[in-house]
Amino acid sequence: MTEDIKNKPILEVRDLHVSIEDTEILKGVNLTVNIGEVHAIMGPNGSGKSTLANVLAGRPEYKITSGEVVYKGMDLLAMLPEIRAREGLFLAFQYPVELPGVRSWQFLKASVDAMRKHRGEDALSVREFDKLLDEKRAYVGMDTDLVRRSVNEGFSGGEKKRNEIMQLALLDPILALLDETDSGLDIDALRIVSEGINKVRSDKNAFVLVTHYQRILNYITPDYVHVLLSGSIVRSGGSELALELEEKGYEWLREQVTA
Amino acid sequence: MTQTLTRYQQYEIDYKAFSESNAQPEWVQSLRQSGWARFQELGLPTARRGNEPWKYTNIAPIAEASLKLAQMPGRITLDEVKAVAPWDDGWTNMVFVDGIYVSDLSSGASSGVAVTSLAEAIATNDELVRAKLGQAPHMEEDDGFVSLNNAFLRDGAVLHIREGKTAERPVHLLFISTATEQATVSYPRILVVGEANSKATIIESYVGLSDSVYLTNAMTEITLAPGAELEHYRLLIESENAFHVGYARVEQAADSVYKSKVFERNVGLGRFDIYTRLNGEYSSCEMKGLYYTSGSQHMDNYININHEKPHGISRLYYKGILDGRSRAVFGGTVYVQPGAIKTDSHQEDKNLVLSPNAEVDSKPALFIWADDVVCGHGATAGNIDEDTVFYIRTRGLDLEAASRLLIYGFAGEIIEAVEEKGLRNYLEQLFLESLPSYKFEF
Repeated sequence: MTEDIKNKPILEVRDLHVSIEDTEILKGVNLTVNIGEVHAIMGPNGSGKSTLANVLAGRPEYKITSGEVVYKGMDLLAMLPEIRAREGLFLAFQYPVELPGVRSWQFLKASVDAMRKHRGEDALSVREFDKLLDEKRAYVGMDTDLVRRSVNEGFSGGEKKRNEIMQLALLDPILALLDETDSGLDIDALRIVSEGINKVRSDKNAFVLVTHYQRILNYITPDYVHVLLSGSIVRSGGSELALELEEKGYEWLREQVTA
Repeated sequence: MTQTLTRYQQYEIDYKAFSESNAQPEWVQSLRQSGWARFQELGLPTARRGNEPWKYTNIAPIAEASLKLAQMPGRITLDEVKAVAPWDDGWTNMVFVDGIYVSDLSSGASSGVAVTSLAEAIATNDELVRAKLGQAPHMEEDDGFVSLNNAFLRDGAVLHIREGKTAERPVHLLFISTATEQATVSYPRILVVGEANSKATIIESYVGLSDSVYLTNAMTEITLAPGAELEHYRLLIESENAFHVGYARVEQAADSVYKSKVFERNVGLGRFDIYTRLNGEYSSCEMKGLYYTSGSQHMDNYININHEKPHGISRLYYKGILDGRSRAVFGGTVYVQPGAIKTDSHQEDKNLVLSPNAEVDSKPALFIWADDVVCGHGATAGNIDEDTVFYIRTRGLDLEAASRLLIYGFAGEIIEAVEEKGLRNYLEQLFLESLPSYKFEF
């Protein structure tokens, strides 16, 4: 990380409007994330929070109608998804995709090497990669057996989420977007996944956690909590806002906003 | 000035010269003559109506091409052979150029299996060949291609694995077609006799050297005695403008195991036809295939499995990748005859269609006349999914890398099933290097 990025916004989302098939999902989102910060984006189903994470990662089917996103001083929306990734942006998927026949080991090595190449570094040797993989596997207690199998194929829901966090650890991004990583996890899996995330956290990266529930925030304390309702951020606050939402529900805020 | 010949006239000219010039044992003459007589009755299967076995494959381009019998092997060196064909010095390699055995290019004998060229077996009036050749089973009336293969019977390979013996090295039968100005046809004929409890691996590869037009009309006859096992690979790496019509006819006795793996990478218009008759209790066959068609290629896989006795097992698993304006046909039919109880059969054909202009006709079928059987079949055709590609791109890999990963992931399981390491490496190269740079629509 270069010094000029430190303590500057890593991500600035300005008045972002996004549609899918002529339906406006995001209606003017503003968000600034600095290095070292953890932001939680909360909201009910259909509020647009997953859309925000996916648009930032470059999912193609969305149409950006206005607004801009600056990432590390660059125009993020003009970048291909793979370039965003190579520039240190990571999306942990809500529904990780199965890749039948694609061996995890080969996939992960190709991914790590693509990032390294972008930075002008040589590809890792098999031995170096194995060492790195072993280290990161341990973050989430992932079996060696799983990295020998096809990516996510036949994995349980919990294994898929752990695999996402293992990839997060392996790729060591500057900005991590976690899209409902907590959904579908039982309490033990939630703890393992959260601990994995905490091991990756540092003052050299930033996290945006998209979540419906407050419970993951018991493990990962956010610096800021934003509430997304019907495509706009209607309230921002500290971690106490999450607790208030847990207690009172999203309807409480919706009534306040519309009142 | 070249005179335009009427349909099949070139075959007549060649047959006349061929039958007069080759003094052969009476039994060979008889096979040829009956083949020619049959061809005159049948012609080639060009009918577009009521022609179920060739429903999706129009062979008019083959019938209309004036194909001259390949007479002399073209010149090629061993280094040139090794550069274009699968090759392992650890195999017993028999090389055929334009249908004719070339001993200079071929390598030593193999322990456990007697290997000779068919021409030599005919010249020495080989007793086994005399007894077995032309005895292969067939399900339907044989067609005009098979008749022509009989009529022009000349060279090929004979493999004999004696009782209880194991062929220690794979036997590689390599058929190379060289460049010629005149469109030619060759008629490889292979006979495999596996005696009781014998075991062998054969690799048949068909390799084209140029973009010239030719037809390979190949017939492989296999008999497996009780407990015999055969691993049978067939590789199609013909030229872009080549025609290939290849047959395998298998007779299986009790407890025999036939494993077929076909890899079809290159041909203009091709067809692999396999028929196996499970004619003994507890006999089994496993057939796997991988075809990748691009440009305007057309590849037809036509497979018939006939369960005639109880406790038979058959597995048929093919995968196809289709690109460009290419077309693939999969016709897999399993017959369970009366009395073939406890038959256990499954067949499946999966296709990955990369181009909106490519098309696959997949037709798995089952005919069951016995009770107490377990049979299943399925066919799928799908595209590369947008979500999947996005997932891979978010891991820093570009569209081309994503498509390679996915296509290879799709095809990989068939290649990984190849036990012979040298061959597996070759196939990985062959299919990986030729993978398309997929143009995504999204």
